[in-house]
Amino acid sequence: MKTLVFVEQRDGKVKKASLEALSVGRALCDATSGALAAVVLGQGVSAIAEVAGKYGAETMYIGDDAIFAAYSTDSYGLGVGKAAQVFGADVLLFSATAMGKDLAPRVAARLEIGLLSDVTSYAVENGGATYRRPVYSGKAYAAAAPKAGKSYAVTLRPNVFAATESPRPHQVIKLENAVAASDVKAVVESLLASKEGLLDVAEADIIVSGGRGMKGPENYKILEDLAKPLGGAVGASRAAVDAGWIGHEHQVGQTGKVVSPTLYIACGISGAIQHLAGMSTSKVIVAINKDPEAPIFKLATYGIVGDLFDVVPKMTEAVKALKARG
Amino acid sequence: MDILVLVKHVPDTETRVKVAPGGTSLDLGEANFVVSPYDEYAVEAALQLKEKQGSATITVLTVGTDEAVKSIRQALAMGADKGVLCGDPSFEGSDAGGTARILAAAIKKAPFDIIFCGKHGVGDDNQQVGSLVAALLGIPAVTVVTSIDYSEAGLVRCHREVEGGVEVVKTPLPCVITCQKGLNEPRYPSLKGIMAAKKKEVVNYKAADLGIDPAQAGKAGAAFEIKGYELPPPRPEGRMLGGEVADQVNELLRLLHDEAKVI
Repeated sequence: MKTLVFVEQRDGKVKKASLEALSVGRALCDATSGALAAVVLGQGVSAIAEVAGKYGAETMYIGDDAIFAAYSTDSYGLGVGKAAQVFGADVLLFSATAMGKDLAPRVAARLEIGLLSDVTSYAVENGGATYRRPVYSGKAYAAAAPKAGKSYAVTLRPNVFAATESPRPHQVIKLENAVAASDVKAVVESLLASKEGLLDVAEADIIVSGGRGMKGPENYKILEDLAKPLGGAVGASRAAVDAGWIGHEHQVGQTGKVVSPTLYIACGISGAIQHLAGMSTSKVIVAINKDPEAPIFKLATYGIVGDLFDVVPKMTEAVKALKARG
Repeated sequence: MDILVLVKHVPDTETRVKVAPGGTSLDLGEANFVVSPYDEYAVEAALQLKEKQGSATITVLTVGTDEAVKSIRQALAMGADKGVLCGDPSFEGSDAGGTARILAAAIKKAPFDIIFCGKHGVGDDNQQVGSLVAALLGIPAVTVVTSIDYSEAGLVRCHREVEGGVEVVKTPLPCVITCQKGLNEPRYPSLKGIMAAKKKEVVNYKAADLGIDPAQAGKAGAAFEIKGYELPPPRPEGRMLGGEVADQVNELLRLLHDEAKVI
């Protein structure tokens, strides 16, 4: 299968999720005697060819142009679409990041191909791939296979696949004049960073999350105090968000973000089914709750029945001591 | 001004999902079907824009069976003006691409200035239809939007959520806006609204009305074949930590560091 991976960069730095996508692409190509190409768009991004080559791309399509300096669905859609056509891609891979989820449908519509969202595993048999993806935020998984002979696109959930180096000699092909200024309608004018550099739950390896048991907005500070030395992000249940205690961008669950960090610490979260759907694939789950009957304990790797206002600050001290020891 | 809202009729988020016998479909039990939660933000965004405009017509569109009219009525009860059901039997089982082709065909039958929908339909979780509809109509889409500024004529300026921040996106109208939680607080229908909704017009389009080839819709038109469904594997049995709080915390840290190796 001729496979093309969209490599996402911001300020010239490649997203880790794109390295994961390249590794999946490399494995698909190895299993099907296919060729792997990557496309990167931006300004001053030519050096990224080396990175993509290190992760297995044999051909790099580079659109290094002022028109790609800021992300636009229109310009990036045309750029990736052009690379796919020049390469003759059978399969397009994107990461299911904010950009990938915005871009992939535009490209799929342009190429008139199908798109499978948020894939978490795949298998190759007889030269064809079958993909698994969560539905109902992970309450179930669907296995889907592309219909025979059809090109298609896939977005891959970040943090699920390993990024593995597999260096290949690679050629670079410049994408010239892929986009005219008049093609670009929607433009990103600026990027506003979220406050105090706290990590986004969608990107964090460790999440400290609080629910109704937090009792009020002022108490989220104790979760931030634990998240900081752990290098983690602060999450929340729908109950806490709907109560106005914390912004919705922190919400984990079926109507929030679906996450699978290596460590999820649930504080004062009882475990409503719509919350569990959003975090049940976390590698390790710690539950701290006063109620020994709380459903969250059924999922927990380690559980503490107790008062989070007592337990969490003590954890923070212990984590700081652990980090100080190195 | 003609405002469109795309909605989906879905099982509510409390639904417990099982795999149906045979393994190729899901058993949703006695699921309660509702307007997909993100679509409620879309309806509210349309209502707020109409209030700002003074006069506008809000049309709510969905692809689904006769059951899905309930979601249209819900939006009409909130204050939308008319409904369009794309309800041909050949549409059942459509994937995101098929759904978008059907909606785009229905949208093209009348003028429009702006289209709102939820950022994704709860359940299939594709997050594709809004973007695909925009592409088929040849207009921009701004996805995962948490605020909309209409202060300049002929364009909108939106905040869209990305990892660790928000992008400020400017786009000319017409466009598609997919709505994220935080954009607004959807209103509850009033009793008067519910009564009025019963009398509002809901058009039913069949495949022939939309010029849709049944081979392009439903399962036949889907790009992927569903091979089967399964439930996630159960998590291994957990461990409850006993003793005084200080002991519990020490033991937890030891386990996270030495056993699980995650900190």
